[in-house]
Amino acid sequence: MNLPHQNCPHQKLLSQKLSHQRTALQTAADIASGKMSARAVTEACLARIQAHENEINAFNVVMAQQAIAEADRIDVAVQKGKQMPLFAGIPIALKDNICLRGVPTSCSSKMLEGWCPPYDATVVQLLRQAGAVVIGKTNLDEFAMGSSTENSAFGPTRNPRNTTRVPGGSSGGSAAAVAARFAPLALGSDTGGSVRQPAALCGVVGLKPTYGTVSRYGLVAFASSLDQIGTMAANVADAAALYDVISGHDPMDSTSVERPLISASDRLDEGVDGLKVGVLTELCGDANGSANGISHDVSARVGEAVAALESAGAEVMSVSAPSVTLGLSAYYLIAPAEASSNLARYDGVRYGLRVERKNIEDMNIATRTAGFGPEVKRRIMLGTYALSAGYYDAFYNKALKARTLMSHDFAKVYKKVDMLICPTTPTTAFELGAKTSDPMLMYMNDVCTIPSNLTGHPAVSVPFKTGADGLPVGVQIMGPAFSEPVIFRAAAVIERAASNGSVISG
Amino acid sequence: MTVHITTEEVAHVAKLARLSFSSVEIEELTSQLAAVLAHAEDIENLDVSEVEMDSSSYPWSSVNVMRADEPRGSLERDEVLSQAPSVADGRFKVPPVLVGEPS
Repeated sequence: MNLPHQNCPHQKLLSQKLSHQRTALQTAADIASGKMSARAVTEACLARIQAHENEINAFNVVMAQQAIAEADRIDVAVQKGKQMPLFAGIPIALKDNICLRGVPTSCSSKMLEGWCPPYDATVVQLLRQAGAVVIGKTNLDEFAMGSSTENSAFGPTRNPRNTTRVPGGSSGGSAAAVAARFAPLALGSDTGGSVRQPAALCGVVGLKPTYGTVSRYGLVAFASSLDQIGTMAANVADAAALYDVISGHDPMDSTSVERPLISASDRLDEGVDGLKVGVLTELCGDANGSANGISHDVSARVGEAVAALESAGAEVMSVSAPSVTLGLSAYYLIAPAEASSNLARYDGVRYGLRVERKNIEDMNIATRTAGFGPEVKRRIMLGTYALSAGYYDAFYNKALKARTLMSHDFAKVYKKVDMLICPTTPTTAFELGAKTSDPMLMYMNDVCTIPSNLTGHPAVSVPFKTGADGLPVGVQIMGPAFSEPVIFRAAAVIERAASNGSVISG
Repeated sequence: MTVHITTEEVAHVAKLARLSFSSVEIEELTSQLAAVLAHAEDIENLDVSEVEMDSSSYPWSSVNVMRADEPRGSLERDEVLSQAPSVADGRFKVPPVLVGEPS
């Protein structure tokens, strides 16, 4: 195996700009018509994994044999003249907190190392119906808690754009897999930005859908009022079509919305002419400069993306949602509180790790102390504290009220505009180890993404050119509930503007 | 008010959370939790007397979700038990729940 040198891997890995490549939808159409074989497509992905996975570490499990067998079944169906579904023969990477029956699902935790779920997540069943080929389970921050994938019990994932940088997190393995072309599609989960933030840092498209539109049955729970499964792809068209595949009502998830959803991909090319775009001052800064630690190069790119929307006919205005600045504090009380409750199930009884002791309480304590990593323990402690007697009203209850205030603020803003725009992340990808010793500094990465989780609204991150260091910048478009079709249209305009402009250096 | 979280409180919370820490880890956690709680002062100092908690923050009205009370299939028992740390007679096996000398 001939691995590229660590300091210049992106030249070999990313010889072509992703958005200039064919979409997965086009490849699937070629497979369905017999022009290409599903096996060849899957084998090409496996070959790239074979060549580069050593340095990227995107996967916890690569399912080479199963993927090839599944691709062969697709090819046989094509030869028999069967009508093929949308993503027939397209490899997809699944974040390793999404259950796939009989395949180890560890959440990158020693607590669940080797655990094989006895059932498939609903999204897995939907992917299968759409003909997608699961190629592996991707690395994440343990139990999806983190913003760099450095909290994995099985070692960090590295950013394919520059392997000295983090891929973001917690869905860092999924984002890296798409960026390195290990798979054209991936699923992640997004509780505070865990799909959008790594998508931005790796230069791919990532969607956090409206809360309740994608079933969480089979997604290992972190913070149940915030968790959503989201789509990742190299381009907007694939990310939107993948959302159409996995969204819809599911009786197995009681938070699943029972209403017809409008296709996000049908009218993708209709542009933004006549739509109102709000530039969110709290997260973009104003004439006086940047805001909330957003770096100047990132701000500048967002400004250019706004200009692209304007020249495509959108009406642009500055808008304000003052309570948005409360998001970070509210999130880091609410999410750990819910996590402390959800992770109480890891008690060494029904699944996963057990450290034997003479009585059950000592067994519980020994198991949890050995099985959870430092960040998971920190969040359980923070959440248990926020929910404990004497602090519940001061912290948890107030955080819930701040969340309500924020929802009211956004509702007011969405009476004036159709969508909001801001950066996805304050900076481009940072160095491995740069923020691991200061949890609060790491949490600050999520300042732009958290608001959509707290309000339950959808948001998409689309790559737009690069920062001063040559690494990708993500532009975030947020909209009101069920506005996926609209925010994807804006993302498509920004994507076209990016490919018309300067090409990624390196 | 500013919260002064103490090592004693952190040790108490660890008990509630069924986690065990060394005294060095307790010290470290105390300062890390204090930093997060200091950042949360904007929430603590927020005037929320006017905010009603009757509606959740979800973008649609949430109601209880019920399904018809009909029997349906469940997970395969053997497959579920095959993933458990310890089993006996088709059930999960655990160490003694009641401790102490038998009377």
